[in-house]
Amino acid sequence: MRASFIIAAKDLSQRIRDKSAILLGFVAPLGLALIFAAIIPDTSSFSFQAQVAVIDNDGGEISATFIDEVLPAVQAEGLLEVEEYSSAAEATAAVEEGTLTAVYIFPQGFSDSLQSGGAATVEIVGNVDESISTQIAKAVLDSYLAEVDAVGVAVGTAMLSGGADVATITERTLESGAAVVLEDTAAENLELDATTFFSGGMAVFFLFFTVQFGVASLLEERHYGTLPRLLGAPINRWSVIGGKAVTSFVLGITSMVVLAIATTFLIGAEWGNPLGVFILMVSGVMAALGIMAMVAVVAKTPEQAANYQAIVAVALGMLGGTFFPLSQGPRILAFFSKLTPHAWFLQGLGDLSGGRGLEAVIAPSLAMLAFFVVTIAIASRWRGEVLAP
Amino acid sequence: MIICVKDDRQAKWNVMLMPSEAKGCNLNVLECSGLVKAFDELVAVDDVGFHIAEGETYGLLGPNGAGKTTTISMISGILESDAGRVMVAGKEITTRTTDGNAEIGYVPQDIAIYPDLTARENLRFFGKLYGIPKDRLGPRIDEVLEVIGLSDRGDDRTEEYSGGMKRRLNIGIGLLHEPSLLILDEPTVGVDPQSRNSILESVELLGQSGTAVLYTTHYMEEAERLCDRVAIIDGGKIRAEGTRRELVELVGQRDTVNLGVIGSAHRLVEDLRSVSEIQQITAAEGSVEILVDGASRVLPRILEVAQEAGVGISGVEVVEPNLESVFLHLTGKALRD
Ligand SMILES: Nc1ncnc2c1ncn2[C@@H]1O[C@H](COP(=O)(O)OP(=O)(O)O)[C@@H](O)[C@H]1O
Ligand SMILES: [Mg+2]
Repeated sequence: MRASFIIAAKDLSQRIRDKSAILLGFVAPLGLALIFAAIIPDTSSFSFQAQVAVIDNDGGEISATFIDEVLPAVQAEGLLEVEEYSSAAEATAAVEEGTLTAVYIFPQGFSDSLQSGGAATVEIVGNVDESISTQIAKAVLDSYLAEVDAVGVAVGTAMLSGGADVATITERTLESGAAVVLEDTAAENLELDATTFFSGGMAVFFLFFTVQFGVASLLEERHYGTLPRLLGAPINRWSVIGGKAVTSFVLGITSMVVLAIATTFLIGAEWGNPLGVFILMVSGVMAALGIMAMVAVVAKTPEQAANYQAIVAVALGMLGGTFFPLSQGPRILAFFSKLTPHAWFLQGLGDLSGGRGLEAVIAPSLAMLAFFVVTIAIASRWRGEVLAP
Repeated sequence: MIICVKDDRQAKWNVMLMPSEAKGCNLNVLECSGLVKAFDELVAVDDVGFHIAEGETYGLLGPNGAGKTTTISMISGILESDAGRVMVAGKEITTRTTDGNAEIGYVPQDIAIYPDLTARENLRFFGKLYGIPKDRLGPRIDEVLEVIGLSDRGDDRTEEYSGGMKRRLNIGIGLLHEPSLLILDEPTVGVDPQSRNSILESVELLGQSGTAVLYTTHYMEEAERLCDRVAIIDGGKIRAEGTRRELVELVGQRDTVNLGVIGSAHRLVEDLRSVSEIQQITAAEGSVEILVDGASRVLPRILEVAQEAGVGISGVEVVEPNLESVFLHLTGKALRD
């Protein structure tokens, strides 16, 4: 342990001295994030428009109001597009396929149940690849239901008395609920999300280059002839590997944290819950470490390793959607992108940034840690060679 | 008188010092036996074993590919051996042990330093790795820089150094933690004559200061000059071992006397046949080469014969047999091809 830290301290001072780590870990990603944020200032080029469908098994007053009054009003603001589907199964299949963002399913007896003071649930099936659009669709429903709930008695009374003031409820829904949320999500959050997206995208893209320094320095030790010296020293030989892992980890985490702070203050990126973001970062660094280690053990020289690693880092970065949102590309890309830690990182970040709590990072973090476990397992098949003098 | 008792099971040394004579016992700093290492089909080291006493300088002399580096890599705990055992200062060394490693100073054959760090930073890093206490490390680094003649360049990056300076730092790192056993792997290869001489002098000094040294080389002059005992290694096997004299005698090598002659060499050759110590005479135009047992004893007699024969002598050269000829005799090939 002590030896690992001595080795890592030496490595880090070498990396700081040659400035390459600072360049790739901080200057380049921040610069690109700033440029992207500057050249894509308005969010309209990013259409986060949700395609929704409604299946009304209820046929009651409340669902009818939502369908006939609220949705058209929201559609008029350009945030939703309502499409026709005849059955829940058909619509759900469309969501799974990705041709539809979300579908609202009003159960039978929904309005009756609410009007008689009971509880009822509207099911909403959303596409996870378009979390922001899905969030919009959900927000619209939430605020409508909140409004219905608030004036529940009034609704019940009005309905019963036969003089349903539907127009008032719709108006108030738009004003007090959906309107506020939509304003939030549409006008500000989305714009910030483009910024956050590029900040996060560049951070995770360059992470793979930053982490690579620690991994490649093991090959460098062999190249310099210093590896036999390390192996001959009175230290456990695994602490040599440990030292390189610590180097990668420190470089990766530092670069990401500094980037998160810098983009927050410089361009107003909203990374979301700091603990959640940190968990995502740690998992991302582990995944990058594993993948880069696996690539490095195949290489024979530091130059070869650097080349392979650059190819892998760029390919995964592109596929993982760090340069453009996956929701903008073909559906098939969104599927294959899940074979990269980048996409998981950005998904977690998107959910956090969209206001979801810590639970949003569980699946992405586990997915990234799975990359670490699998790649390290593969890399360790070469462990004998890695520590041969 | 000193009595050394080695308890093999516990691998510990029990030393009893008798005050009257504090000399004479050779406590072995290194003991290795049965070392084997194969790379696929190639057996690079084949049942190698030897020991080095305290203060002794021991040479491994052999051509490129003989197995020298492989042997010392196993001794230093860098390379896993297929078989065999290594004990340094009473502690076992394998690739998994760490205890005994601090007793060894290892100087690799290829320069092994960080080019982007200064000499001082290189030394500091390895000093920490070898666990030299903080307060001791600074002064010790200054000492080592002094010894290797880099005091005034200690704060320059080593990539700016000449080949000789890098070589000296390479050795300095091995000396830093004051090991009981210093292992030097061909430290003079590719070095200018001046640096080479200063390296040889430092090794001589170290030997005199009581450090046990394991020195590998393919230069027989270096082995002859530095080493108390030499093992001749070829094809992964130790072919012979001993002091220079022992090795030479082992293979029955004679001294060579070269005479420059004025007049009839033929006449001289005839007359010298009467000298019994002479084993062989070869005459050429103006010179005679004589193979003889104990040249220093026989030389006056040879000169006497020449005078009696009326042959003028223009020069005398005595060549004692060297390890080169021993190597040739043992392996049928030259040390350097
Ligand atoms: N890592 C290795 N893989 C395969 N063969 C090796 C390896 N290291 C050394 N050898 C071979 O083992 C033999 C002994 O090598 P070495 O110990 O380096 O010799 P020396 O140091 O005496 O020049 C040589 O034939 C060399 O090619
Ligand atoms: Mg060698």
